[in-house]
Parts: sequence; structure tokens; C-alpha cells
Amino acid sequence: MTAFTNHFLFEFKSGIRNSSAMLMLYLLPLGFYAAMGLIMVQINPGFKELLIPAMIIFAIMSSMILGFPTGLVEARESGIYRSYKINGIPALSILIIPALSVGFHGLITSGIVAVTAVPFFDAAAPVNWLALLLVSLLVVFTFSTLGMLIGVVSSNSRAVVLLSQLIYLPSILLGGMMIPLSMIPEAFQKVSGFLPSTYAMQAFFAFAYQQETILEPWVCIAVLLTSGIMALVLSIYLFNWDSNNDTRRGSPLLGLLVLLPYVAAILYSTYL
Amino acid sequence: MDESVVAVKNFTKVYGEFVAVDDISFEVQPGEIFGLLGPNGAGKTTTLECLEGLRKPDRGEMQIKGVDPQKEPGKLRNVIGVQLQTSGLPASMTVEESLNIFSAYHGVLPSNELFTRLGLDEKRKTQYHQLSTGQQRRLSLALAVSHNPGVIILDEPTAGLDVSSRTELHKMMQELKSQGTTLILATHDMAEAEKMTDRVAILLRGKIVATGSPRELTAKGTGMTKVSVRTENSILQVVENSFPAVTHKTINEDYCIYFSTDPGPTVSAILDHLERNDDSLIDLRVERPSLEERFLEITGTGGTE
Repeated sequence: MTAFTNHFLFEFKSGIRNSSAMLMLYLLPLGFYAAMGLIMVQINPGFKELLIPAMIIFAIMSSMILGFPTGLVEARESGIYRSYKINGIPALSILIIPALSVGFHGLITSGIVAVTAVPFFDAAAPVNWLALLLVSLLVVFTFSTLGMLIGVVSSNSRAVVLLSQLIYLPSILLGGMMIPLSMIPEAFQKVSGFLPSTYAMQAFFAFAYQQETILEPWVCIAVLLTSGIMALVLSIYLFNWDSNNDTRRGSPLLGLLVLLPYVAAILYSTYL
Repeated sequence: MDESVVAVKNFTKVYGEFVAVDDISFEVQPGEIFGLLGPNGAGKTTTLECLEGLRKPDRGEMQIKGVDPQKEPGKLRNVIGVQLQTSGLPASMTVEESLNIFSAYHGVLPSNELFTRLGLDEKRKTQYHQLSTGQQRRLSLALAVSHNPGVIILDEPTAGLDVSSRTELHKMMQELKSQGTTLILATHDMAEAEKMTDRVAILLRGKIVATGSPRELTAKGTGMTKVSVRTENSILQVVENSFPAVTHKTINEDYCIYFSTDPGPTVSAILDHLERNDDSLIDLRVERPSLEERFLEITGTGGTE
């Protein structure tokens, strides 16, 4: 337990000490949130409905999808994992503890958004604050394990950027964060079906705002939960200690299995 | 084999078509400092990484204190301490945090004494990236010994260190040895190997080409002792002469250098010769063959003796 506590405290503090981590964990999401609150709400008053859930997801995505996997790959490339391994730090700790720490930072940023958006930007307040918290926790879990998987399967920093952007940018544009899912053209809604942010936004609306949603609320929860669990299992299975020592148990392409819950959800909403 | 702390038997490691280590065997005795020497690409680091459990041998057996690095990685972590050639810690991790975290994972209390012994007392709150190379090496050694392992593996521990840091590290190694710790040292530095190790194995292209104590290895070579003489009138340089046991002579600036199979009679004869020719001695040096010379001799012939 002491090992876990010491390790977690270090990882948490490094999120504040490290300038690039600080950027992804706080400066980018809160800066973007302030800009959206000041400008977007003026341009499009309807955005008040989206502001809290969209900015919570944005904060979590920035830290989990952009920041977290980059840190994992850099640590592997610089031989930190080798040091950890020879000093008896288990692979599970290497993956889980930074994820928990980044998740904690993500929750702090989300909390700042949730608490300030109503008084500062006249955002629509959630009907059920507990549901907002619970869905936020689920979103943190899903995105942290997806970020973990990206870090594990990426052979280098360039691959991380590529894979992260495959989720990050489409999520902002097509995941219902800027434009409600109902207003996205039907052809693009199929693409939205592959993005976790789509299900996260729908889950926030259904449970925290108690609004009608296009996707079934419990399907959204199931997709986020199963894809998060699959990403976690695949990350542990495919974890590699060393960039120069290919001891991985399977091909990184196995990581694509994480898409299965999204495919199932698309088929479900199309045919059932 | 039973008494040895480290036993490597018929170990082979292959990367694709390239045989990095080819069927080597060696043993390390308790309390010994054992050196693995060899040029770049000889297989030293591969051998150590397999012993450390970072890589998997393709053939052969390895044991450290009865623990198989591949089968019992958990036990291995408590038996060995490792200072890697290329390793790092997170840039923002402080010295104190690293010792606290690593000690906790080993299940021991962090030792304050280690900070003091390794001169890291004032650097407790310093982040890893702010440490000098020497301080980073010392921290790496502190982490390697923090759980009092019986065997410590050091891969190029003094590479990039200044003279005082090297001396400190050597002192620490001797202290560990005196406490009964077994050390395995991979190094390019022959002077370091000669000074620090009890026995060495010279690796060349994945094979062990020579083993023994530095003294034994140098004795097995050509056995030439260098007698360098500088005199007032440089009589030795202008007059051809022959001295007992000398095989050949070279001139290097003001020095005449004789290569002798038996330096005693050679030196006596040189001194007699100088006296007879009214010349006086300025400097006389008798140097036994060094491990470096022996190493170059072995590696220069491709390991064939």
C-alpha cells in the first residue's frame, strides 16, 4: 500500500510539475472552456445546453487521449520502464497508477467546469448532479483506458499523435460536443457511432439533464463501460516494457478489438 | 557450480540472423567483483540484460543465487540490484521520491544513510533532470543497493563521469564488496577493470575468449615488460647495444624503450652501461604489461591465442 501511495502521489504531483502535462491537464481544457463560454455562447445561445457536458468531455479527452499516452510512450522510449522493471515495479502499476492520477486531474478540471459554467456563462445546469458525477467517472474510465491502449500499441511518439488525433478531432467535430447529434448529417452519424464522445454526450443528456436522446441511454453506458474494460484488458495484455525488446504477447493490431462495442452499438441502433 | 552466486551455462542469444551471444558459460563466486569486458557489440549488455530478466535467452541456463531470472522474476528483484547502462527516471521525480517509491516496491524502508554515503543528502528535493550525470549515476547506484541485494550488476557505471565521481563510485564498490556483496561489472575501461575486478571474462563477437584474474590474463600474454630510460647524454639513443632479455627497442622522444622478457637483468645491464659511458640517469620506468594491452592483443587477433 505504501508503494501504491508513494507512486500515486508522485504521478499526481508530476501532473503539476511537468509543464507539458500541466498544459494538457489544465491550461488547454480550461482555456478552451473559457473561450467557448465567452464566445460560443454569444454566437449560439443553444450552446449553453452543451457547455458543461461538452467541456467535461473535452477536458477528459485532452488529458487522457492527448497527454496520457504520450507520457506512456516517452517513458518507455527513455528506458524508464526498464528501470521500473528491474526495481520490481509491476506492469499493472505502471499502467494503472498514471491513469488514476490523470483521471484525478481530469475530475478536478471537470469539477471546475461544472461549478463555474452556470454562474460565469449562464450554462444549462444539470438536473441530477449525482448523475453528472457518475457519468463523468465512467467517461474518465473509458477515455483513460483508451489512452492507455493508444500508449501501449504505439511504437513511438509519432504513432501516438496519429492515433490520438483519430479520436480527438472527430470527437470534437462529430461527437455531439459542438453540434448536437441530431443536427449532424445522417451519413456522418455513422462515423459518430465509432466515437466514445458521442455515447458520453448522450449519457450526460439522458442521466444528468434527463432529456430525450437519440441513442438509448443504457446502450451508451454499456458501450462506454465495455469498451473501457476491453481497452484495459488489451492494454495489460499487449504491454511492452521496452521499445527495443519486442516481448509483446500479441500484435498491436489486436487493439482494434476495442472497436467491437461501437460496432455492436451501430448494428443495434440500425437494425433493432 | 553449487557454491557460485551467478551461474551461466551454454547461454546463447540470437537477434534474427545475428548471434549476439554464442554458447557462453561462466560463474561468479560470492563476494567477487567479476568483470565482463569486450568491445562494442561483444554481447556484454545482452548477457547482463538476460541475467536481469529484461531479455529472454534463446538457449542455456542462468541462475542468480539459485533464482532463474525468467521463471522467478519476482524473487529475482529482491536478489539483485541493477545499475543499467541506459536507464532513466521520470524527469520530474525527486531523489527522495525515487528512493521512497523503489524502496516501497522492494518492501524495505528507505535508507537515509544511503543519501549521506552517496553524497545525495543535499539533493533530496532535486528533480532527476536537474542532477548532473555523476549524481544521476550515484542515484542509480543508490536505488540498486537500497534493498541490500546479494548481487549487484553494474553496466558501464563510470561512463561519462568525472575523475572524482569515478573515485567515489569505485570506493562504494569496494565497500559493497567488503560487506560480502557480489558485483558484476561490464566496462570498456580496462584500467577500471584492472583496478576493481577479481576476475574478468573477455567477450568478443559473442564468445568468451579469455577468463581469469587481470594478473593471470596479463601474464598469459607476450609477457613483455617495458623498460623506459631517459638519460642526460642520450647515449642509449646514439649507440647501438644489446642488453640481456631484450627482444626489441623503440625510441619515443627522449626515451629509449626496451621490451624485456626478464626486466631484472635488463635494468642492471642498462645501469652498468650508463656508468661505463659517463651518462647519468634522468628517468627509469619499468611497466608490466597492462590489461588494456593484453585486451588489445586478444581482440586484435580476433580472440585466437
